[in-house]
Amino acid sequence: MSDYVRPVAVLVAWAIRESLRRRVFVIVTLLTVAFVVLYSIGCSAAFRQVNDFVGPDNVDGREFAGATLNGLAMFAIMFLGSVLAAFLTLSTVRGDAENGLLQPLVVRPVGRAQVLFARWLAAALVCTGYVVIVYTTVLIVLRATGGWSPDRVVGPGLLLALAVSVLAALCILGSIGLTATANGIATFMVLGGGLFAGLLGQVGHGIQNRGLEQAAHIVSWALPFEALYQAALSLTTADQVGLTRFLVQLGPLGGGDPGGAWLVPYVVGYLFVVATVAMAATARRDL
Amino acid sequence: MALEPGELVGLLGPNGAGKSTLVKTVCGLVRASGGQVDVFGAAAGSREARRAIGYLAETFRYPSWCTGTELLRLHQQLAGSDGGEHERSRLLDLVGLPEASTLRVDAMSKGMQQRLGLAQARVGHPRLLLLDEPTSALDPVGRRLVRDVLTQLRDDGVTVLLNSHLLSEVELVCDRVVIIRAGEVVTQGSPHDLARPRGVQIETSSGTRVIDGAGRDDVPALVRRLVADGEQVYAVTPLTSTLEDVYLEAVAGDTS
Repeated sequence: MSDYVRPVAVLVAWAIRESLRRRVFVIVTLLTVAFVVLYSIGCSAAFRQVNDFVGPDNVDGREFAGATLNGLAMFAIMFLGSVLAAFLTLSTVRGDAENGLLQPLVVRPVGRAQVLFARWLAAALVCTGYVVIVYTTVLIVLRATGGWSPDRVVGPGLLLALAVSVLAALCILGSIGLTATANGIATFMVLGGGLFAGLLGQVGHGIQNRGLEQAAHIVSWALPFEALYQAALSLTTADQVGLTRFLVQLGPLGGGDPGGAWLVPYVVGYLFVVATVAMAATARRDL
Repeated sequence: MALEPGELVGLLGPNGAGKSTLVKTVCGLVRASGGQVDVFGAAAGSREARRAIGYLAETFRYPSWCTGTELLRLHQQLAGSDGGEHERSRLLDLVGLPEASTLRVDAMSKGMQQRLGLAQARVGHPRLLLLDEPTSALDPVGRRLVRDVLTQLRDDGVTVLLNSHLLSEVELVCDRVVIIRAGEVVTQGSPHDLARPRGVQIETSSGTRVIDGAGRDDVPALVRRLVADGEQVYAVTPLTSTLEDVYLEAVAGDTS
């Protein structure tokens, strides 16, 4: 293994072990278990009641309920995954430097860029694992309680995992200049801003307000975790048609902007730019 | 300022003099605003320079969840050391912490963590050891242990830069003392050379007095004269300035 890759691999393994032993992981796990239990109960009740649903003939009540419940779960996964990503990375540079955790590693000698990349990769791997496990659990719950499955199964999970990894990268970038507390606050404000813009975009779509839609579109590409989340939502209902699709898209948890073929390449480029800025800023920083 | 291979140098100075900044500059953690720092011929901060360095920071913390063994193994892996279990147990024994191998950091006292930090700094046998206040959290027994470790390191040919406020400690173990103030070296030399004659204290039948300006070489003549004058001489002590006197004179009372 080369002199560059070996320290990264060592630090990734170390950071993953740290992630799994930290209290935040226990808290997120407990919250997730609570969510899955309550979600299962909710799905069971919703799918039972949807059998009695009487509406227009061309509205599929089970499809509508499944898409909305799945959208709700994806929002929860996005949020919990973001909590995990933020807490794993919020003190990567300044916080760890102030606590004296970073200096012994940098002197070892590990390059600052290697530390940043390793911390991001570890957070991305942990969060991806988390998202995949919870997303799979949700699909099993939806299948078991209502016999419902999304139109696309794999893509939405991967897009959600990528969205959380983007947030981890932004959090690491913030950690260069901000204290851990300030960075945590900033990260959740950015997350909230992105998700809120997405909701406004859906409102704009519903009332045919092009300006609002355009603003939401710009924000979702400036903060591409939102665009990825929207694309993931969109894939879950990709094959729906007619009035059912219209109703799903009206709700905040059922429809999303597909993003298009350029979304993932754009996100890769976006991550590259964030990494470049983060490495340049860290290289200039006194520790 | 230059450190010779195998030399144990004490770095002294008032708060804000630049001691920690100097150490961090050598480590490559801080960029020098001027001048040049080389480590065994490599520019400070370069990979080659850092590879030669072991560092214990003044403010340090290790992850609370890991054990002594896990921490040392991490640093072995990063340093590319193939010492394995033998090196880890030897280092923990060196700093008097054999029990720390399975003990979590959050179960260790601050003093234990500081000694673990010293062991961590020695991973991979660095040629230059930079210790920033390595005994600030230690009790007298722990300080004695660190002094013994430093002496052993010097015997092993390791170059050590010891940044400390504890003058007595520096005086006891260091080959050379460098006193800096506002980023400038104001005086340096071996503790013995820095100590200057301060007179001779003589205890006689008529009391104890200090003969200012006299030195060790003047003692026989002084004693002969006192005995000739009919005085009983009980004790004669040549006085020299302590490192503390030298330090206070060098920093001119600066406590900033």
